[in-house]
Amino acid sequence: MSGLYRISGKGRLTPAKTVAFTFDGKSYEGLEGDTLASALLANGVVLTARSFKYHRPRGTMTEGSEEPNSLIGVRRDTARQQPNVRATMQEIYDGFNAVSQNRWPSLAFDIGAVNSILSPLFVAGFYYKTFMWPRVAWEKIYEPNIRAAAGLGLSPTEQDPDHYANKFAYADVVIIGGGPAGISAALTAAKQGVSVIICDENAEFGGALLYETDVQIDGKSGYDWTQDALAQLGAMDNVTILPRTTAFGYYAQNMIGLCERITDHIAVPEADSPRERLWQIRAKKVIIAQGAIERHLVFANNDRPGIMMASAARSYLNKYGVAVGSKIGVYTACDSAYAAAFDLKEAGVDIPIIVDSRSDVDPALLERARELGLNVQTGHSVIDTTGKLRISGIKVAKNGQTANTKYDVDALLISGGWTPSLHLYSQSRAKPSWDGDVKRFLPENPVQDQVSVGACNGTNDLTELLSEAQDAALNAAKSIGVKKLKKVSAPKEVVTSYGHEGDHIGSSHGAGADDQVKAFVDFQHDVVANDIRLAVREGMRSIEHVKRFTTTGMATDQGKTSNLHGLAIAADGLGKEIPQVGLTTFRSPFTPVSFGTIVNHGAGDLFDPVRRTPMHNWAVEQGAVFEDVGQWKRGWYFPQAGEDMHASVNRECKTVRESAGVFDASTLGKIEVVGPDAAKFLDIIYTNAWSTLKVGRCRYGIMTHEDGFIFDDGVVGRLAEDRFHVTTTTGGAANVLNHMEDYLQTEFPELDVWLTSISEQWGVIGVQGPKARDIIAPLVEDIDLSTENMPHMSVREGRICGVPTRLFRMSFTGEMGYEINVPADYAESVLEAVWAEAQKHNACAYGTEAMHVLRAEKGYIIVGQETDGSITPHDAGLSWAVSKKKTDFVGIRGLMRDDLVAEGRKQLVGLKTKDPKVVLEEGAQIVADPNQPIPMKMLGHVTSSYWSENCGHSIALAIVEGGRSKMGETLYVPMIDRTIEVEVVDTVFVDKDGGRLNG
Amino acid sequence: MANTNQALRKSPLEGRLGGGAGVTITPADPMSRMSLRVKDKDVKTVGKALGLALPTKPKTSVVSSGKDAQVSALWIGPDEWLVLSGVDADLSGALGKIKPVHSAVDISQRNTAVLLEGPKALDLLQAGCPQNLNDDVFPIGACSRTIFGKAEVVIWRTDAQSYHIECWRSFSDYVFKFMVQAAKGL
Repeated sequence: MSGLYRISGKGRLTPAKTVAFTFDGKSYEGLEGDTLASALLANGVVLTARSFKYHRPRGTMTEGSEEPNSLIGVRRDTARQQPNVRATMQEIYDGFNAVSQNRWPSLAFDIGAVNSILSPLFVAGFYYKTFMWPRVAWEKIYEPNIRAAAGLGLSPTEQDPDHYANKFAYADVVIIGGGPAGISAALTAAKQGVSVIICDENAEFGGALLYETDVQIDGKSGYDWTQDALAQLGAMDNVTILPRTTAFGYYAQNMIGLCERITDHIAVPEADSPRERLWQIRAKKVIIAQGAIERHLVFANNDRPGIMMASAARSYLNKYGVAVGSKIGVYTACDSAYAAAFDLKEAGVDIPIIVDSRSDVDPALLERARELGLNVQTGHSVIDTTGKLRISGIKVAKNGQTANTKYDVDALLISGGWTPSLHLYSQSRAKPSWDGDVKRFLPENPVQDQVSVGACNGTNDLTELLSEAQDAALNAAKSIGVKKLKKVSAPKEVVTSYGHEGDHIGSSHGAGADDQVKAFVDFQHDVVANDIRLAVREGMRSIEHVKRFTTTGMATDQGKTSNLHGLAIAADGLGKEIPQVGLTTFRSPFTPVSFGTIVNHGAGDLFDPVRRTPMHNWAVEQGAVFEDVGQWKRGWYFPQAGEDMHASVNRECKTVRESAGVFDASTLGKIEVVGPDAAKFLDIIYTNAWSTLKVGRCRYGIMTHEDGFIFDDGVVGRLAEDRFHVTTTTGGAANVLNHMEDYLQTEFPELDVWLTSISEQWGVIGVQGPKARDIIAPLVEDIDLSTENMPHMSVREGRICGVPTRLFRMSFTGEMGYEINVPADYAESVLEAVWAEAQKHNACAYGTEAMHVLRAEKGYIIVGQETDGSITPHDAGLSWAVSKKKTDFVGIRGLMRDDLVAEGRKQLVGLKTKDPKVVLEEGAQIVADPNQPIPMKMLGHVTSSYWSENCGHSIALAIVEGGRSKMGETLYVPMIDRTIEVEVVDTVFVDKDGGRLNG
Repeated sequence: MANTNQALRKSPLEGRLGGGAGVTITPADPMSRMSLRVKDKDVKTVGKALGLALPTKPKTSVVSSGKDAQVSALWIGPDEWLVLSGVDADLSGALGKIKPVHSAVDISQRNTAVLLEGPKALDLLQAGCPQNLNDDVFPIGACSRTIFGKAEVVIWRTDAQSYHIECWRSFSDYVFKFMVQAAKGL
């Protein structure tokens, strides 16, 4: 038996297809196709949650995504634990396991319910007022406690084992909503041959036709009509049908975000299947057919479990065969609730009373009620309810009076009319307009290429709705450019027995300003009518203020059921008309979207590309420890057995100067600059001159921005009159190319020169040290390596190990050295050959750390370390690299600015600690007098600092105010625990005359 | 001394294979690639030297039809083409003697390529590429420099269900892994 409240012969689920599930550890039986909400109701479980603030007992109120109460935790396994799932949207499967939230120790007995007793304290704005004073208590007492109590549901603690997918798509027409309007629009559009994507957040398409059993379209039931239409759509190649897919966001240029839930309803999903898929669709035309959401009524204690929307109860009966109670009262201001009462009565459920707050009710409805023997009280209201964990009775009074009659009920259906769903319309930046007659906002002024049809457009009459949808689809096809529209016939006969007329917004009788009752407006955030009135009394004038003060409409349901009530109560308090108070703007997402879906493929390994050089494996084999440099993995140091980082770096540095070292320099940016104006262009881009560079020679160059500050540096080789091989820093590669392209395209388009990134064409093997030539000589085939023929700073093209090379003789260590460029696919193989030779000379592999130390020993700067965007070439001691003859280059005017030529600028110097063993901290500040009062006058800071095994003492580079005039002076570096004495020295610590370069 | 150290070639995606229902993911064989930059007025002359008419319409490509090794030119930008040919082709050599100023840069090993094939190839691409690749705007022969996930790629549609995806070699690991992942549950 799948629940005592299941009525045989009702609903469309198959009684034989039972599934076992648990809720709060208790086992139940449901049917395949049940949602958790329907299955619990079938089992008579009405209490499903505790409210957020007051911990009041709550039950399911709706049958859709607007559900404010039944938020539950789904637990598939220890890792897959999803909080705040709406029980109304979650389909169950065999073995499904869910728990309630926000209660301790149990749903039925919840300690937190004490908040409800203390509720006079917890009025709107309570937190703002109460926890303001004393100030110090905020951090220590209030915030930690509020944080502990805040939040709903428990986050999973393990890493999400699922994967999520993404799909970019383009469609002619995207239809949001698969009710009769959406389906009709889809059929019409699809028949015109345009591409159509139609989605619906529910498992089944059909919308209200899934439960409005009174509908007949051309002799078919509404349900059968949807099935026929879906079969037709399914057979068309140009149609994509997406069930369980929520259109959660409407963005600029008609981009729609969808979340497709793929496995959450399946007991054992396929191993490889993504859990959810994000769709990012650009649509030529969007047809919004979101439908309308039934409102509750605002009266005292309107939140007891068992109180629910009339349409939801009708849906549970007609879709799932579930009676939501055995003695059901109805309280309505809208005709549609009668249909629910009639269907339930006809199914054999006791309906003791229908209370209609309207005095003037459609006689046909009253007549039908009489036929069914139902007691209808018009002009009456429910002024209170009783019951603890489930509603047990209602008090009914004539409007305006307090004398009341009690009725015993175990469920109460309510309806305050229908709110057209404007969420996506509003997200598209369009403003709704007020329809005062029916008290609703309508989507009349779209700002993107979209149209709203059906109930979300205020069209409730089914005949009208179907033709409106058809017209919209035909217009869409026409606007997309379909020349010859195919005729699509409208249904000939549409029969509906009940309408949706009648509405009420704001509080009902018995919940007025003078009534001290809890009449809930926003269930998820526990906002009552009096909270909104208080906000108005406290001076909130705009609905935006009222919303933030009371938090009404700010819960995860975004006030789907509550917004109009809140607005009406605020307007009433302010004595203004509703449109003057204004509707808040809806934001995406329509319903919460998992982080997994938003991140989709970009998780784990695919979070960011990891770039490895073509010689990466060699470094791994040599035992390299890698560091991240941007997206690159670079060999940091190469420890041998028993070595820590310091020992390894010391050995690497020493070996390079004594013998040689081999280094992977592949990550350097490389740009091939080609064309007759190549030299002319480089003259503009760099501070130094290139026209004078001879073919076969290299030069170190500096680039500044217009402001005159160093931006990048590198060595450039001239391969031919019209061809240069430019190198950039690893991190600057992309920026430098962009910078050069920018100037070429916008400032100097007349130059005949082109730029091509060749960073990855070439693998670069650095061989540095006195033995460098001996190491590479046996491998190089047709290049004379002698200093006479190939001096320091020269480049030759030739062959190495049988493959082409661009061989640079250059140095970033101060030693004689080469950078062997070989086509990347050959780099590893060439390196292995080089390594074999290197080992014969007791050379080592060295990493970026040793490279940093070696260059610092020579005073070579690293852009971004010695420079910080405020250092000119002059500041860095590189005036020799700034041409005095050139009449133009990027930065020439910047460098002439008063500030940049003023005395006392910070300049690059070397620092030697008085105690040679002390290694300064990079970033440490430098002062002249350590005894001056704080804040001290800072002269500059340490930019690079290392232990130099080659020097036998620590070395540092720093930028210091007027540094070059302070040579030999003593300065101080104050640290937390001591002050370090330093001497200002030259930036070059090793081989001051540069003789080793030419060895 | 004669060189006994003839270097061996190793492609970045060597040995990898991937795919799923409806799509295969295969590393392309090594090939010759050239980044070609030519001014408007010289397009014809330079194309002729390569044995084809360089395409001048955005998102189009041209494949040479002569007896010689096949050469393909993909329009990348208003003055930029990606020229592809067999691994032994001497693309720069073909342009060695022509008069018009141009830039021909060898990028054979800067890029590598992945081939996608099968009815789900387009779906796979659309997992990572936000560009519209539908038939009406991206027919057979269409090509485009665009992005796939976080990597820059050139997508070239070589047949109804076949795509040639070029990317920089250090991004190929990411691109390949992304494709393998995206092929799950298409």
